[in-house]
Amino acid sequence: MTDSPTCPEAHDLKAAKKIPRQKMPEREPRQRMKHFDEVPMGYTPELAQKEAKRCLQCKKPLCRIGCPVEIDIPAFIKCIVEGDFVGSARNLKEYNALPAVCGRVCPQEDQCEKVCILTKKGISVAIGNLERFAADYERNKGTITLPKIPAPTGYRVAVVGSGPAGLTAAGELVKMGHEVVVFEALHKPGGVLVYGIPEFRLPKAIVEAEIDYLKKLGVKIEVDAAIGKVATIDELLSNGFDAVFVATGAGLPLFMGIPGENLCGVYSANEYLTRVNLMKAYNSHYVTPVLRKRRIAVVGGGNVAMDAARTALRMGTEEVYIVYRRSRSEMPARIDEIHHGEEEGLKFMLLTNPIRVLGDEKGWVKGLECIKMELGEPDSSGRRRPVPVQGSEFILDVDCVIMAIGTSPHPLVPMTTPGLKVTPKGNIMANEETGQSSKEGVFAGGDIVTGAATVILAMGAGKKAAQAIDQYVRNKVRVS
Amino acid sequence: MFKVLAKERLAENIYRTVIEAPKIARKRKAGQFVMLRVDEPGERIPLTISDADPEAGTITIVFQTVGYTTKLLGTLEAGDYVLDVAGPLGHPTHVEKFGTVVSIGGGLGIALGRSITEALYKAGNHVIAIISARNKSLLILEEEMKKICSELMVATDDGSYGFHGFPTQVLQQLIDSGRKIDLVVAVGPVPLMAAVSKLTKPYGIKTIVSLNPIMVDATGMCGACRVTVGGVTRFGCVEGPEFDGHQVDYDELMKRLKTYAEQEKEMDARFVAARSREIQEVKR
Ligand SMILES: Cc1cc2nc3c(=O)[nH]c(=O)nc-3n(C[C@H](O)[C@H](O)[C@H](O)COP(=O)(O)OP(=O)(O)OC[C@H]3O[C@@H](n4cnc5c(N)ncnc54)[C@H](O)[C@@H]3O)c2cc1C
Ligand SMILES: Cc1cc2nc3c(=O)[nH]c(=O)nc-3n(C[C@H](O)[C@H](O)[C@H](O)COP(=O)(O)OP(=O)(O)OC[C@H]3O[C@@H](n4cnc5c(N)ncnc54)[C@H](O)[C@@H]3O)c2cc1C
Ligand code: SF4
Ligand code: SF4
Ligand code: FES
Repeated sequence: MTDSPTCPEAHDLKAAKKIPRQKMPEREPRQRMKHFDEVPMGYTPELAQKEAKRCLQCKKPLCRIGCPVEIDIPAFIKCIVEGDFVGSARNLKEYNALPAVCGRVCPQEDQCEKVCILTKKGISVAIGNLERFAADYERNKGTITLPKIPAPTGYRVAVVGSGPAGLTAAGELVKMGHEVVVFEALHKPGGVLVYGIPEFRLPKAIVEAEIDYLKKLGVKIEVDAAIGKVATIDELLSNGFDAVFVATGAGLPLFMGIPGENLCGVYSANEYLTRVNLMKAYNSHYVTPVLRKRRIAVVGGGNVAMDAARTALRMGTEEVYIVYRRSRSEMPARIDEIHHGEEEGLKFMLLTNPIRVLGDEKGWVKGLECIKMELGEPDSSGRRRPVPVQGSEFILDVDCVIMAIGTSPHPLVPMTTPGLKVTPKGNIMANEETGQSSKEGVFAGGDIVTGAATVILAMGAGKKAAQAIDQYVRNKVRVS
Repeated sequence: MFKVLAKERLAENIYRTVIEAPKIARKRKAGQFVMLRVDEPGERIPLTISDADPEAGTITIVFQTVGYTTKLLGTLEAGDYVLDVAGPLGHPTHVEKFGTVVSIGGGLGIALGRSITEALYKAGNHVIAIISARNKSLLILEEEMKKICSELMVATDDGSYGFHGFPTQVLQQLIDSGRKIDLVVAVGPVPLMAAVSKLTKPYGIKTIVSLNPIMVDATGMCGACRVTVGGVTRFGCVEGPEFDGHQVDYDELMKRLKTYAEQEKEMDARFVAARSREIQEVKR
């Protein structure tokens, strides 16, 4: 067996198997529907230690292979067992600049926890919950210490976009002694972490704390700066930046192209979520309006659809439907989120596809015409292709529709940067290991390269690019 | 933070404000706009860059106080600050030598189309500017406009000044007089842009309009600004704001602009209440 525990006394398999996986306390569905507070409330130190003891401390930990940034999972868990929570957080931060974020939003069940040895034997260690616990503990105790920053190298790097990819690259580069300026088009840094993922899943105070930390490290952040408009990539390069990292995300929302999609009351998930999250329409102190309708259909089956739907419930919507063209097992959303949504009363209209939005004479949504689907042969994604059932059209009685069917790459930088190669879909073409694009001095990573993916993958890309940028600027012959 | 350097009342409910924003001032071109947020609980609103001074590092906006945010903006005096100004956004106007250009500005639209008119004039076009308002007291920027066009025509709905009638009637007369017109640019309320486009279409005169859909981020991320042009959905913020006037679905645009009418009324009432409270306090 390759998974023999390091210290069998403390972590013997039999003993570990006797401890059940510790559930994280959650707010009651009925109570949590009234506000935007976070649903899972976090482990207490006791629960965390109990859970941590389940880890077998494998010599060749499979879990690490499942983590895109290869966090030393047994090591940080061991610290928790030993009661060194701050040490645990420091350990995490060597690999992952945003553990409090990843502990919450990583699809752990598809990554580290999927391959944890205990998964085969029953149920995995709750790695994400533990990661969150350690990071929260450190932040709440206010014991965050700054690493030593090397003497300035004199090199300047511009980071375009302040989502997880940009922030990670900025943090890494500043720790190497480079001067880093992050340019963000919106008025608040954080990317999807602030405008998309709702407060009840990722409190914005956590994102702010992580960004404050980067600022303390010396990262400069310029908001209200849409690159391509206020300055182009070429202008950044000719005005004193030695390299540019483009991490502008996949923010452009897609629509279905069905009739009635521009009626009043049809939103993209991005618009709905931005109004509520970034612009805080749920808080009566803020002035950005958002429609408060009685019955809403959310089209799509991913995390974004779940976030929009659960947000709509909290905004006081009476009925919220998830309209998804495949069946439940194909839904790309995290199981936890589907489960939370169900507890909160979402209605699932599966194997159902919208074909037309119906409007009244004033241009408002008054219904969504749908057709039933059945699963046919597998398509290119390996999932069975949904095909419409002839004659099964019906009208869903809703007065608002939110489209959450995906996004495409943010167009501003590709549109304004000659020599930057993009795929037919508009993703920037970049080397997977280095982030090097087709243009000298320009690197790219995160959703703008991969299309909509995950926070941790975007962070991984930011980290790799930072390494490559470091090499690039140091090797570059400076003409001055 | 962006400093307000000057503020001036142009007409009833119309103000001109100069804001320090050196990077935007240097970069902006005719037809572009900024997204502005006055304070933290504030909403992001789009406003056209009416003019800019790259040397002084300033931009000029002209706005009409129609609701919460513009009213709040109207209370800012020189020395006050605006929290966020992002720009220049949107595609600049396509400027070339077309020949004879008629630029139509209605009401506030005079200020919004100012930079476009200027750019076309400077590019060597013969620019006929038709400016209009409901009545004489609401007519703005007459003197400024004279300097940036070849001929200026004025119309008021009530006939209190200039031509008695709508700017479309002035345009019709121009067309009827047999003058060759190569391009028409119309900026103003949606009904005006719709009427101008309807008028020029049968003559096949190319017509550009600057649309004003509701915007949230103005970076292409939300789709709030969707407009139908030539049967295709376009994002006004990143693909516009200028479009071929003959292709625009104005009816849809008008309807979409009313999306938040109810909530806007509430916010407005809140603003008025807050202001009157403040004024009472000052009196005390
Ligand atoms: C609602 C929602 C829920 C999600 N839930 C999860 C989840 O639970 N778990 C998970 O792992 N992933 C989730 N994701 C996906 C995840 O958030 C993204 O994969 C990740 O944020 C991508 O990071 P990024 O840094 O590449 O880009 P983004 O986070 O998109 O950030 C890009 C930033 O660049 C800025 N920008 C764009 N263009 C310019 C420009 N020209 N100049 C300056 N700035 C610019 C944008 O304003 C934005 O702030 C979710 C996504 C959404 C929308
Ligand atoms: C590209 C562009 C350039 C513009 N330039 C100018 C300008 O230079 N001067 C000027 O006075 N106005 C301009 N507008 C319109 C201006 O943005 C609105 O008047 C302003 O947002 C109203 O906000 P409010 O809170 O004061 O009023 P509200 O009471 O909120 O709204 C009044 C009306 O303004 C429109 N509106 C509301 N919110 C928005 C929004 N977020 N985006 C766009 N329209 C909205 C709606 O039609 C609404 O019914 C421009 C709009 C666009 C899209
Ligand atoms: S970062 Fe994500 S994948 Fe890696 S250990 Fe943490 S939760 Fe698992
Ligand atoms: S988390 Fe799982 S795979 Fe990783 S060390 Fe612990 S028991 Fe082994
Ligand atoms: S305003 Fe959000 S995409 Fe245009």
